[in-house]
Amino acid sequence: IGMKVRPVLSDPEKQRGRSAAVAIAALVIAAGIPLWWKTTETYRAWLPAARISELEALQLELRVEVEVVFARGTLSPEQQKKVPASRITYESCCKSKSLCLVEADHALHTLTETSCGSVVIYIIPEASALLPQDMRVYVGRSRTALLRSQVASVVGAGLPEVLAALDPQMEQVLQTMSFNHQDVTAALTDRLRPGLSTRDSLADSMRAFKSSPGYEITFSLLNPDPKHHQLHWDVEAALDAYIYPLLHKMAPVANFSVDSQILYYAVLGVNPRYDASASAYTLSADSLAHVINPVEARLGSNAASSNPVLNFLLYVPDSLHSPLIIRNDQKQEVASNAFHSPRWGGIMVYNVDGAYGNDTQFPVDIAIDMSRVMGVFLSQLRLMLGFQQTGAPPGFVLEAAGREGVAEWELDRLLWSRSVENVATASASITSLAQLLDQIANIVINDNIAQQVASAVTALQAAVAELEAGNLALALEHSREAISASERAFFDPSLLHLLYFPDDQKFAIYIPLFLPMCVPILLSLLKIFREVQQHRAEKRAKRD
Amino acid sequence: TARPCMLISSSVALDFVLIGRTSAFLLLHQARAERFFRSDHTNNWAVLVCTSRFWFNYRHVANTLSVYRSVKRLGIPDSHIVLMLADDMACNHRNPKPATVFSHKNMELNVYGDDVEVDYRGYEVTVENFLRVLTGRLPPSTPRSKRLLSDDHSNILIYLTGHGGNGFLKFQDSEEISNVELADAFEQMWQKRRYNELLFIIDTCQGASMYERFYSPNLMALASSQVGEDSLSHQPDLAIGVHLMDRYTFYLLEFLEDIHPASQANMNDLFKVCPKSQCVSTPGHRTDLFQRDPGSVLITDFFGSVRKVEITMETINLTVPGIPLERFGGEPHTETALAYVDQLPVAQIIHQKPKQKDWHPPDGFILGLWTLILLVFFRTYGIKHLKHIF
Repeated sequence: IGMKVRPVLSDPEKQRGRSAAVAIAALVIAAGIPLWWKTTETYRAWLPAARISELEALQLELRVEVEVVFARGTLSPEQQKKVPASRITYESCCKSKSLCLVEADHALHTLTETSCGSVVIYIIPEASALLPQDMRVYVGRSRTALLRSQVASVVGAGLPEVLAALDPQMEQVLQTMSFNHQDVTAALTDRLRPGLSTRDSLADSMRAFKSSPGYEITFSLLNPDPKHHQLHWDVEAALDAYIYPLLHKMAPVANFSVDSQILYYAVLGVNPRYDASASAYTLSADSLAHVINPVEARLGSNAASSNPVLNFLLYVPDSLHSPLIIRNDQKQEVASNAFHSPRWGGIMVYNVDGAYGNDTQFPVDIAIDMSRVMGVFLSQLRLMLGFQQTGAPPGFVLEAAGREGVAEWELDRLLWSRSVENVATASASITSLAQLLDQIANIVINDNIAQQVASAVTALQAAVAELEAGNLALALEHSREAISASERAFFDPSLLHLLYFPDDQKFAIYIPLFLPMCVPILLSLLKIFREVQQHRAEKRAKRD
Repeated sequence: TARPCMLISSSVALDFVLIGRTSAFLLLHQARAERFFRSDHTNNWAVLVCTSRFWFNYRHVANTLSVYRSVKRLGIPDSHIVLMLADDMACNHRNPKPATVFSHKNMELNVYGDDVEVDYRGYEVTVENFLRVLTGRLPPSTPRSKRLLSDDHSNILIYLTGHGGNGFLKFQDSEEISNVELADAFEQMWQKRRYNELLFIIDTCQGASMYERFYSPNLMALASSQVGEDSLSHQPDLAIGVHLMDRYTFYLLEFLEDIHPASQANMNDLFKVCPKSQCVSTPGHRTDLFQRDPGSVLITDFFGSVRKVEITMETINLTVPGIPLERFGGEPHTETALAYVDQLPVAQIIHQKPKQKDWHPPDGFILGLWTLILLVFFRTYGIKHLKHIF
């Protein structure tokens, strides 16, 4: 007749069914869920989060060691007794007035030992004839400065008062020789709000390259007219004599690799205009901006690294367009006949029309005067590397660096700003990396990244400690370590966030896998639960 | 030791020179600073990506190449352009004019040219490589031409084209990049100050969805169509047989052909390119994250490479008569004689011993054969023998 027959389960069978369901559910929950969690989690090595969060509120303290030496005649006898004595005698007998300063500076430099970052100030009496009449301070090529002051007039004062009286003048000297507020803000331009740094310091920071572990420098000779000019330049000797001393001094800052090339039939992309009054071809300042691009396409580079490249080009105009002079905005001739582009390099135009007449046999052999050329390139190189053109404050005499390329106090200035920049950049990298890894929960953090981060944090803290202690060389070394470790950690190829799954996609993947399995388990658990409740209700009813 | 003191001719005269120099110096500094601050970038980069392959997506390659051509013409050198083309149309078997990619019908303009430098080609154009280029997380062996070596004063132009949808862009017909990933990549670029300002142009269907999620500063974005609209192609060429360009990029190319390196056209003109009447879709743009006013941003700030230039005023006087140049590096290097490595070691090849072959487990064929034999045996003689074997 079609009666539905339901199989009647006996009690022990029901019991067995119930315990099977409960056992499966227990297995799924106790073993399955942890297993699924473990196998789908990403490996994340431990990062020192506490130390990294400390870096966010980093406070930098820069300390300069200053040694003050009083010359005879600056202090009154009572004051002299109070000054800790260690006498240095220096007697000068200068033949001519002009050589005095330089000789005095050189001699004084050999008398005292100065470490990197420290400054020695010699106080000389007011009436001294060493400095010109209205100049109060002379800054030499090493880390010494001569300051003319009238301290003896502070009558009856002890040593602290004497030093306090000298304070404002010494501060001015230090701001010129070591760092000032503008330098530090310029080094931190990236991290600061716009508007905090002055326009000049911003221009300086745009011109110089950012701190990098190495730089590639290329010197190129452009000869558009090999039929008429056969150029010889002894670039190797010139580099040895003029450029390598500077680069050697900058070895604690970065590695340099230098090469040179000669390009034939390379023309400037701009047509110079003939100026009859000067009987020369001229390039105006506006057209200079368009010179670089066509040339750059022809400059090869054998840089195997990702370091920034500086290009220095020496252009010898062809015989039809000689001589070629550069005019500035005010239509005046530029003495150096050279221009530079920030963060790129410099171009110098070298005229050779004076070396031959009209009836010589072409091609003419021409030897290029490398000292003139290197003088220009050296000054451009200094600008690119970050030695700013500091104007001397009133009353100061700053000795130019000359052949050595850079004075030691100028190098110290650069080291101060580089250390600050490195510390700032490294701490910013580490904190943003930690933030990034926090936000994106499924980026894998390998052990080597954790190690790099830990070493970067250690080096940063060491650098900050050294800056506070005043050891500039050590501070720079630690800051370089910190920045290279932090860059390696941040730019590690394994940190690629490719595992972004929107939530609806996650559901779409898991539901077909887990739902068919979970639904019977849940339903059977529910059924068991309801039966147990019913049973309890019956028991209570029976009792009552 | 005699020190040459060529720099101090006379200490008395020096102070006058110094005073004069300082004041003139300040004026010069100011003028220089003025010119710098129209915009604060010192170099330009471009990342141009075409994400589609197959011959019928010819127009996407033509789009990218036309932007590449404009950008090169306006001055950005190849070393500063990362060009990613997912397929090679110029040398495709179906191209009736090999080594050319045309953007105008009747083959008026060949955008392939003769000095195209493609950095990522074919299957190298993937979401992973694109993100790696943007964020800089490339393996150390990557050559310079495949890297985006921008710094904090670089202006970057990013151009994407292909097939897209609401919130994603399809790469190579097999994967996609979402707008969230793109926004995160730009944020990582900003964290490391890898750009000064960034212009993002996208020519796909529903392109405006790709820039909805940006949240980093100094970004300006343009798209060829709004969400829900399709970007349409411009014109087919009957000889080549496919559509040559997309409308938005076609009119963009026309606009850029009128720009020269000294042009003063600004971004407001760029926003007007391809109105709805020409494009059928509505181009959109986003400037709320950009700090400067778009009217003051020149086209050449992103599409060209106008260098900032300063006259070198100071030189160092190195000419000293009579002093020989000292060699700093020490003794000159002795030249060691170099010889070529033996290119064809015939002796080694002739007398080569046979290589020891490693033992391999039996092949699948042999295993299958044995299984077949066993099955036949048990079928014939009955399954009850199985329990004796196992």
